[in-house]
Amino acid sequence: MTAPPDDCLARNEWICGEYLSTRRQIIVDAVLQHLELTAVSVLIALVIAVPLAVVARRWALAAGPVLALTTVLYTIPSLAMFSLLLPVYGLSASLVVAGLVLYSLTLLVRNILAGLRAVPDDTRQAARGMGYGPIRLLLTVELPLALPAAMAGLRIATVSAVSLVTVGAIVGFGGLGNLIYTGMNTYFKAQVLTASVLCVVIAVLADLLLLGVQRILTPWTRAVRS
Amino acid sequence: MNTISEAWQWLTDSAHWAGDDGIWHRLTQHLVLTVVCLLLSCLIALPVALVLGHLGKGGALAVNISNVGRAVPTFAVLVLLLLTPIGRWGEGPTVVALVLFAVPPLLTNAYVGMRGVDRSVVQAARGMGMTGRQMLWRVELPLAMPLVLSGVRIAAVQLVATATIAALAGGGGLGRIITAGFNLASTPQVVAGAVLVAVFALIVEGLFEIGERLAPGWARGRGRTG
Repeated sequence: MTAPPDDCLARNEWICGEYLSTRRQIIVDAVLQHLELTAVSVLIALVIAVPLAVVARRWALAAGPVLALTTVLYTIPSLAMFSLLLPVYGLSASLVVAGLVLYSLTLLVRNILAGLRAVPDDTRQAARGMGYGPIRLLLTVELPLALPAAMAGLRIATVSAVSLVTVGAIVGFGGLGNLIYTGMNTYFKAQVLTASVLCVVIAVLADLLLLGVQRILTPWTRAVRS
Repeated sequence: MNTISEAWQWLTDSAHWAGDDGIWHRLTQHLVLTVVCLLLSCLIALPVALVLGHLGKGGALAVNISNVGRAVPTFAVLVLLLLTPIGRWGEGPTVVALVLFAVPPLLTNAYVGMRGVDRSVVQAARGMGMTGRQMLWRVELPLAMPLVLSGVRIAAVQLVATATIAALAGGGGLGRIITAGFNLASTPQVVAGAVLVAVFALIVEGLFEIGERLAPGWARGRGRTG
């Protein structure tokens, strides 16, 4: 009979190189699932949010219900949201995605709408005077000018989505949350710490990436400052 | 529709309301947890934000740090704390994790509110011979009140929603009904629990809304920075 190996895994330490090397595949899979869930949900939310915000901007009557609905959605706790959608989607990744989409919607709609409302009337009238139709006005004047506010919303939505994905562990599709959840049940410290740190790293990197995209897309905001 | 009627049956069954696992007990736990965490986070965040806002220094740093804090999944913090010595102390990890979670919106809103006070008003107050302390209490704080209170409102609603996550780590509160439902594979119970939490969160949001309407003018305001 051989004695159990005396490495940091056996001693259950917080920081453990052994863990990283022996479970690399598990960690990579969890990170990929995390990224995929976040990206898919935020993109779907974005595709839904832009038309909603545009409609709410055009017709004042629509603004109230759209904002009220998205606010109510945001008030529903994440654990409850996943549970409420359970009868519709069952225990699946789509359940987590649907929940995250509903959350991101609030932040995105609010920010895009705020951005559209902040477009000066003079600017719109100038564009109209230059013969821009409503569609061209929206695509080439209003939406670009709403970009900074919209991107701010997108950044908050993405960072929140990264951290909310972990709650998806309750249905088995939580990316790094799965590692945290199983690590909790087995008192596996290295796994919990590694997964938590990776969550934060993903959130920060995603935020920086979006900040970079924003700077590339809105060069005029930099020129004004100096 | 079937699940909804079953969930309704679950909710109206008086056996589910009594006892240690009953709805009343869980509701009380949830309420106590939320109130305690809200008070603690106000005690931590508001003095810091008010003093920094008054001095006009270090606030950007504090706001940035607290924004980075949003990237940290509450669930991960909860599990990490659970595995440390604090974990032996009952609800300790939950309270610490929730307080950390509630500080950012409180801090950001209070600081932005303090900085948003018209500088000429502050200068007038100084010209009248007010000391720094008098200016903070009699001029800046009253004018910043609407934003400070909307921070408290955001924090309160998010706390109600997030307190459910405590159940994932074996804590009490309404989330317990949901996790117990998952363990029993009882979709009606999961949905019933989710409805309870959502209704609770909406009631808190509604109470703040009513409070805001009834409040004297200086405390009213719709300014929100999120």
